[in-house]
Amino acid sequence: MARLHVYDDRHADEMAVRVRGVTKEFGSGGSLTQALRGVDLDVPYGEMLMLVGPSGCGKTTLVSIVAGTLEPTDGEVQVLGHDLVAMSNGRKVRFRRDNVGFIFQAYNLLPALTAVENAAVPLLIAGWRRGHAVEVAADVLERLGLGDRLASLPSELSGGQQQRVAIARALVHEPRLLVCDEPTSALDAANGRITMELIQQVAVQPDRAVIVVTHDSRVYSFADRIAAMEDGRIESVGSGPHEPTPA
Amino acid sequence: MFWIAWKMLIGNRAKYLGIVFGVVFAALLIAQQASIFCGLMSLTISQIYDTAGPDIWVMDENVQFVDDIKPLSDTELFRVKGVPGVDWAVRFYKGIARARLEEGTYEQMILLGLDDATLVGAPQQVFLGSIADLRRPDAVIIDDAGYKRIWPGEPFQLGRTFEMNDRRAVIVGVTKASRTFQSFPIIYTRYSQAVLFAPPERKVLSFVLADAQPGLDPEEVCRRIEERTGLQAVTQEQFTWKTIWYYLKKTGIPVNFGITVFLGFLVGTAIAGQTFYLFTVENIRQFGALKAMGTSNWMILFMVLSQAIQVGVVGYGVGVGMAALFGFWSRTATRLSFFMPWQVLAITGAAVFVIVLLASLLSVRKVLVVDPAIVFRGG
Ligand SMILES: Nc1ncnc2c1ncn2[C@@H]1O[C@H](COP(=O)(O)OP(=O)(O)OP(=O)(O)O)[C@@H](O)[C@H]1O
Ligand SMILES: [Mg+2]
Repeated sequence: MARLHVYDDRHADEMAVRVRGVTKEFGSGGSLTQALRGVDLDVPYGEMLMLVGPSGCGKTTLVSIVAGTLEPTDGEVQVLGHDLVAMSNGRKVRFRRDNVGFIFQAYNLLPALTAVENAAVPLLIAGWRRGHAVEVAADVLERLGLGDRLASLPSELSGGQQQRVAIARALVHEPRLLVCDEPTSALDAANGRITMELIQQVAVQPDRAVIVVTHDSRVYSFADRIAAMEDGRIESVGSGPHEPTPA
Repeated sequence: MFWIAWKMLIGNRAKYLGIVFGVVFAALLIAQQASIFCGLMSLTISQIYDTAGPDIWVMDENVQFVDDIKPLSDTELFRVKGVPGVDWAVRFYKGIARARLEEGTYEQMILLGLDDATLVGAPQQVFLGSIADLRRPDAVIIDDAGYKRIWPGEPFQLGRTFEMNDRRAVIVGVTKASRTFQSFPIIYTRYSQAVLFAPPERKVLSFVLADAQPGLDPEEVCRRIEERTGLQAVTQEQFTWKTIWYYLKKTGIPVNFGITVFLGFLVGTAIAGQTFYLFTVENIRQFGALKAMGTSNWMILFMVLSQAIQVGVVGYGVGVGMAALFGFWSRTATRLSFFMPWQVLAITGAAVFVIVLLASLLSVRKVLVVDPAIVFRGG
C-alpha cells in the first residue's frame, strides 16, 4: 500500500480501459445467447465507473472480459495499455496476477484460511514469502478496521467483515484495475455503505481505475460515472455525483 | 501456494479423512497380503537356510526346488569331490518318512540325514540334549514344533521313541527350526541311519553339499561341477531363488494373493479417487478464484498433485504401519507366516503412488478447464 498516493502521470492521457465493438456469444445453434451486442466503453484513470442495468443484460460478462477472465467473441479490449485480445493465455494469467484486483458478490474467500491469510493470497500467488505476505496483508486489514479479526476464519466473520477481507485481498498487491461485481448486494445498507466508502478511499487513485457492477441504487452516489446497460448494449453513460451525498 | 493447497486439503476434515481412508485401505491390504505371501515363500526356502555350512548344493539336473528329490547314486559324491576347486563335499539325505508312534498312530516326517563324520547341516538351535548324541545308535533330533504336534501338551522329554521303517528311533535332542511349507515334524539323524529309516530305494543320495576352496567364486565352482559331472550345482542363494520361482510359476499361490492385492488396489483407488474428486468439485470455486487472481494452470496442477502426494504419504504410513502391527500380532497369536521385506514396502509405495496419481488426474482435469469467470457467477 506504500505506493497508494503516488501520482503516476505516465497514463494520465490514456484510458485505463478502452472497449470497442465487443460482442460475446454463449453456446451455439438454438441455444445461442448474445450476452454482449457491441459494447463501447472508456474508463479513465482515477475514476470509479458503475455498471448498472437489469438482470441478464450482460454486466458480469462485460467486466469478466475487461478483467481478462473471459474471451470476447469479437471486438477490441485495451486494459492498462495492453491488448487483451492479442494476449496469450499465459500472459493473461500474469496480467491478472499483477494488475487486477477482484471483489465478488460471493466473496469467494478460502474457507480454510484465516482472514489475514486470505488477504495475503494475491501476494502468495506472486511468489512472496508467506511471513512477509501475511505482514503486509495484516497492515491492509488494519486499515480496513479488521485488525482484531486477523486470525478469524471466514465462517467466523459477518458478511460485511468477509467483504472487507475480500477488499483487502483485492487491494493488497496494489492492482491498477479493480473489478467489483455486486460488492454490496449481500450486505445490509450500513455495511454496503461502509464497503463502498472503503473501496472509494483506498482504490480510487489517480493511476488506477475501478469498475463496480451493481444493482444497488443506494450506492450510486459513490460513482464518478454511471453506465447503464440494457440487453447487451450500453444505453447511456452519465456523470454520477463526485461526493457521496450525506446520509 | 503448496501451503494453501495443504490448508485447503486438511480444512475439509471429513473429505480429507475419506481420501486418506481409501489410501490406508489399499496400502494396508496390499502390504499385508504381500507380506503373508512373502511369509509363505520364505517357508518354502526355510530348509535351505536351516542347512548351515555349505555354499553349494549339488543335485540331479532335473530338480526344480528343494522338496523335489531325485536321488543320485552314492558314487556321485566322489565325482563332486574330484572337481578342482571343491574344498569339501558331503552327503545329505532329505526325504519323507512315515513314523509309527508308541500309540500305534502314524505321522509323516521330514527326514534329514547328515554326513556321519562331519554332521554338516546339523541343527543350529538345539536347546535340549546335544548334537554330539546324534552319534549314538538310533539317535534322532526333532524340532520343537514337530514334537508338540506329535505329543501335544506334553513336556519335552529325551529318550522317547518311535519307529520308522520298523526301526527304533530315540530322541536325543530337541531343536528350534524354521517352519516349513509342509509343516511336518523335522527329524535330524546321521546319513547312515537315515538310509535305514527311509523306505528302501535303489538310490538314496538326495544332495551333495559342498564348499568352494577359499578365494574361489562359488558360482564358478558350481559351473565346473556341472561341467565335470553333468549334475546340477547351485549356490545356496541360487537354490532359494530357484525354489521361489518354482512356487511362483507352478502353483496358484501367487495368483490368489495377486487377486487380493489387485482388489485392494482397485477398491483403494475407487474410494480415494471418488472422494478426491468430490473434494475437488467442492473446491472448484476456490480454484476458480485462485485462477482469476492469476494462478497459472501449471501451479494449479502442482497444487492438486501436492494434495494427492500428501494424502498418499499419510495413507501409506498409516496403512503400512497397520500392516506391520498386524504382522506383529499374527506372529504371536496365529500360525500365519508374515514376512515384510523392503520389497513389500516398495511395491506398496508404488501402488499408493499410482492410486493418488490416478485419483488426482481424475479431478485435476476438472480444475484445469474451470473457467475463472465462474467466480463472478452467484453462489
Ligand atoms: N457461461 C455462460 N453460458 C451461457 N450463457 C451465459 C453464460 N454466462 C452468461 N450467460 C448469459 O449471458 C447473458 C448475460 O449474463 P450476465 O451474467 O452477464 O448478466 P448480468 O447483467 O451480470 O446479470 P445479473 O444482474 O443477474 O448478474 C444472460 O442471458 C446469461 O444467461
Ligand atoms: Mg452479474
